[in-house]
Amino acid sequence: MNYIIESLAQLFGAEPRKPVKEEIRPAAQEIHFYKKANPVTKAFIEELHNRPKVSKWRNRRWLTLLFINLLFVLSYQLDIQLLEGALTASRFAGFHMADLNSALQVMLAFKVVVLNLIIGTTTILIMWLLLGGRSFCSWICPYHLLAEWTEAVHLWLVSKNIIENKTFHRGARTVFYVVFALLAIITGYTVFETISPTGILSRALIYGPGFALIWVGVLLLFEIFISRRAWCRYVCPIGMTYGFVGVVSPMRVTYHLSDCAHEGDCRKVCLVPHVLDVTIKNRARDSRVDLGADCTRCGLCVDLCPTDSLRFEFKLPGSEK
Amino acid sequence: MSVEKKQPGKKKRLARKEKARREFLRTIGLTAGVIGIAGLGYYPVAKSEVIRLRPPGALAEDEFLASCIKCGQCVQVCPVEAIKLADIMDGFGIGTPYIDARPQACDFSCDGLQCVLACPTGSLTHEINYPHETRMGFARLARPDKCLAMKGEGFKGYARGTDFKGVLRYDEIDRWVAQPVSEHKYDLELCDLCMRQCPIEIRRLQCEAGKPPSGDKNQCPPKRAIDLISIDSKTGFAAMKPEVLEGCVGCGVCEMICPTEPAAIVIEARATGVSV
Repeated sequence: MNYIIESLAQLFGAEPRKPVKEEIRPAAQEIHFYKKANPVTKAFIEELHNRPKVSKWRNRRWLTLLFINLLFVLSYQLDIQLLEGALTASRFAGFHMADLNSALQVMLAFKVVVLNLIIGTTTILIMWLLLGGRSFCSWICPYHLLAEWTEAVHLWLVSKNIIENKTFHRGARTVFYVVFALLAIITGYTVFETISPTGILSRALIYGPGFALIWVGVLLLFEIFISRRAWCRYVCPIGMTYGFVGVVSPMRVTYHLSDCAHEGDCRKVCLVPHVLDVTIKNRARDSRVDLGADCTRCGLCVDLCPTDSLRFEFKLPGSEK
Repeated sequence: MSVEKKQPGKKKRLARKEKARREFLRTIGLTAGVIGIAGLGYYPVAKSEVIRLRPPGALAEDEFLASCIKCGQCVQVCPVEAIKLADIMDGFGIGTPYIDARPQACDFSCDGLQCVLACPTGSLTHEINYPHETRMGFARLARPDKCLAMKGEGFKGYARGTDFKGVLRYDEIDRWVAQPVSEHKYDLELCDLCMRQCPIEIRRLQCEAGKPPSGDKNQCPPKRAIDLISIDSKTGFAAMKPEVLEGCVGCGVCEMICPTEPAAIVIEARATGVSV
């Protein structure tokens, strides 16, 4: 229950809370205590940083993302007809699928739901329930991939002190979520779709480029020069919708306290570093903690962690303590 | 940052407060900015300068815009590739399907309204099954002075030239594969292309000959879509006027095939009116 509440609070923009001592389970307390008595040496941290870098999950993810989007393109361009439509709604081998956020916007605006949309939405809901919710963002969304690449440029500019990253309050995403939902209900137009880079990019890939790509370019430039990963972090309602799914998904990244050296590199690569707050010294409430639902399951931290303290795990319901 | 760290506690707290204040203001700016930009999408919809010709079965424009999920499945199933997706200049209509009849009209080559069947949200209503049940718009003889039939002229050659990319179903050549209009040579004593190629009229004639499309009598249009009416010609030769009738569904084939430049007959999207 705690996990659900805290996950939702983080999705809505709350900062992670430092646990009070009573909240920390004895097993974790013991480890915290041990670590305090035996601090890691600089030499050890250095040794950790010298371990070979792996990009296993990143590569798998990029390949999946490219493969799925390519499948959309080829299904149409080569008339394979395996995955017809675009990311907003499609048919896989004839079976309906509908993006949860696009479907939600349509339902709110149109106020009528036809059977095909129910089928498509349910299919996708079950799929992402099993696969982790926001895993849609990092494993499927084409904007995420572009943003990852331009993020490298942003980080380089920051490292050279050419620009400074401007942050926003994460609560903005909740405001956007509510406003776009209300706009759909009141105006009867799917207002968010007009500026959704996910929809724009997906359609541009499949049906050919258009002027809408300029908007995507503006977003990427904003992320390069002004604010790191701003769209995904502070705006996108799609991420929020899938975040809700992730709250009850058994597919999670888990944190294992015992071997963690708390050097904090994982938080530096993370799109949503607040979910990795537990990796800060003395924050973990248990020897094993599930990362919050805002986690996109991208695996960058799993790849990076030199002590194998972050792992992908599929936890069946009921196995939770 | 490094300077702030060296400051005493109180100043540091103030600096942090100032930082939070700035972040808050920035966040307000971001929120207003993004919602404002999204709101700009209302402008083209409100102005509705261009009324789009929507695919068969499209709901009334407001409902259509509300319900379309912008996936383009209708685009993918159309055998003559008549359907295009709107760009960001259409505002809230971004990603919605439309037909530009002049380069490629909907000729109902699919018979079964594939786009309607493909639509996952009912934007193209599943309540229609046959071409004659749709009403995408209405044809209008917009430029009678250009019309060859009105002038009593025939037509010889390729309706839209040999470079034209559009395709049409020519049953006599291949019922299932639409043929390039650019390969079809006409030789008509009086130009009647708009009526000759009208998919509704073609179906009507097939039904009258006892051969309804796919042997399905439901395919027979109950009403005529277009007719050529004799008019008195001052110059003395037989001239005729295309008269659009109640059965017109607005598919746009007449506009596509019209050999004059610009087309004498055009589709008015969403129009349901009587003929001119």
